[in-house]
Amino acid sequence: MQHDDVIWDLIGNKSFCSYKVKTKTQQFCRNEYNITGLCNRSSCPLANSQYATVREEKGLCYLYMKVIERAAFPARMWEKVKLDRNYAKALEQIDENLIYWPRFIRHKCKQRLTKITQYLIRIRKLTLKRQRKLVPLSRKVERREKRREEKALIAAQLENAIEKELLDRLKQGTYGDIYNFPIHAFDKAMEKQEEETESEEEEEEDEEESGTREFVAEEEFEESDLSDFEDMNNLKGSSDEEEDAEEQSSEEEETEEELEEEKTKAKSKGKTPLKGPVRKKRAYVEIEYEQETEPAQKSKAT
Amino acid sequence: MDSNEATTSESVSKKKGKTKKVKRKVKSDEAPVQEMEQAEGEETEKKSESGPCFPPTFSVSEIKNKQRRHSMFLKLKEEKRKQKLELKKKKKKERKALGDKAPPKEVPKTIENQRIYDETTVNPEDEEVAFDEGTDEFSAYFNRLTNPKVLITTSDRPRGRTVRFCEQLATVIPHAHVYYRRGLALKRVIPQCVSRGFTYLMVINEDRKVPNGLVLCHLPDGPTAHFKVSNVRLRKEMKRRGKDPTEHVPEVILNNFTTRLGHSIGRMFAALFPHDPQFVGRQVATFHNQRDFIFFRFHRYIFKNEKKVGIQELGPRFTLKLRSLQKGTFDSKFGEYEWVHKRHEMDSSRRKFHL
Repeated sequence: MQHDDVIWDLIGNKSFCSYKVKTKTQQFCRNEYNITGLCNRSSCPLANSQYATVREEKGLCYLYMKVIERAAFPARMWEKVKLDRNYAKALEQIDENLIYWPRFIRHKCKQRLTKITQYLIRIRKLTLKRQRKLVPLSRKVERREKRREEKALIAAQLENAIEKELLDRLKQGTYGDIYNFPIHAFDKAMEKQEEETESEEEEEEDEEESGTREFVAEEEFEESDLSDFEDMNNLKGSSDEEEDAEEQSSEEEETEEELEEEKTKAKSKGKTPLKGPVRKKRAYVEIEYEQETEPAQKSKAT
Repeated sequence: MDSNEATTSESVSKKKGKTKKVKRKVKSDEAPVQEMEQAEGEETEKKSESGPCFPPTFSVSEIKNKQRRHSMFLKLKEEKRKQKLELKKKKKKERKALGDKAPPKEVPKTIENQRIYDETTVNPEDEEVAFDEGTDEFSAYFNRLTNPKVLITTSDRPRGRTVRFCEQLATVIPHAHVYYRRGLALKRVIPQCVSRGFTYLMVINEDRKVPNGLVLCHLPDGPTAHFKVSNVRLRKEMKRRGKDPTEHVPEVILNNFTTRLGHSIGRMFAALFPHDPQFVGRQVATFHNQRDFIFFRFHRYIFKNEKKVGIQELGPRFTLKLRSLQKGTFDSKFGEYEWVHKRHEMDSSRRKFHL
């Protein structure tokens, strides 16, 4: 005989049931035939000999019914009825099949059917839209790629490459007449001179100065153009051509800055002769001479 | 006593030879303990008076004691380093002595030197390549029939960083417009773009608030390239950067695109920018390919003189890595892929690059 109450006493409230999932506030039932999903006296499929559920399989809804007459035949206990795809017709079918059943079960079956149809519609809508594809990243590969990228960056020497490319373009003449720098041959000749006689600077400077004076005079016209450039913080007022001249006479290129500073101090637009500042640039030692009057004063003090 | 003395002396010398850390006070205790090890140690010690030399069958890893093993290993390394230095010095001397007759300096091996030769490397005079380029999708651009117009958008729901990146890209690329993607399907966006005369569609994909992918689609039936984006630096994060880029059309530098694939990608990048750069603006956009990584930089340059140019970085910087190149416009399911990065085949050799 089926004693529902006894069964409920054994598994229900505060007893153990293997389908039961307990949380702080509520108890859930994991039984696949449970109609509401909660663990209640009226929702437990084990403790109710007359029970019905709606379940969904591959987009189709089925009505499952259990009656007490078949309680002895577990294999045939659940009767499965296929419900119509049309929602309204399915509701009617439920009503028709569960005609004299308790109100609770009928109501809950219809609610469940409603929910199922809603989520089926949603699935169909989503599959038509774009779906985001998740591509798993392998951590090892990512780390490897990152490392290779760093090494490639170091090997690339980007600034040098860009500068080289720009200078090549300048040489080829893609910029046309925008930049008027001195001709190659003249520059190379001056460089050679510079390399050969590094020690005898003064004489060279004298010689070069006489040459460069002409150079400066020719290029005077360009200075006004150059002064319009942005980002010329380093090159305040002094022109590029001046730097050329200075480079030829100087040993190192770093002293350009010193020259520039001196230039700015002198507030010259590069039209003054170069003798003074150029001379100053060499290794320069200031020697203080004591004045002879001082010891006399000291002796007076003592 | 003799034996003891011998043992103590040996143990001392052994200590000197093997451990620096063991204190000498302990030597009397160690002497009996070390008797067992002497059998091994003797072999090694007898043959060496100065410096640890090892018989050929002995390896440092056989010593069980970790401290001693470590110190022995350090000594071994020291020895090797010394030998290397000596060799170097000798070579230098020889070179000096020989003067002009010295053999030419050996070029160190780099990955670029050792790169496996790719059969598809483009020869500049290759006719077939020239013919292909005359008739491919970019020929319209290179024949000055079209002007580039770029549409920049993102994946769904972009976060702040991606949005700012898009804006900065739009300032770098002239004639670029940023549109907000409202969950639209790309396949529907593309015909609309074509009808409005866009030549490029750029979609920046985002993951966890950071841009990580770029889809570059050339519009009238052009190829679609999918890149992985990394190391995005926005303008705020640049050190020593200049002022914002102006509206002038920048120049384009494409470095190291050697193979056929690299060539087509290079042309893709070139077609993003209008034909005639405005040299007044002195801005240059660089796409530099190194070991299959494409580095993008945006600089402002100034020629200090003929030999020197100063560059100042403005603009965002990022690196790209090509993941796939597809023939038609964006169609991930049915598209015909010209090139797909297959990790197991293509990443097996460290000297093989495809771009």
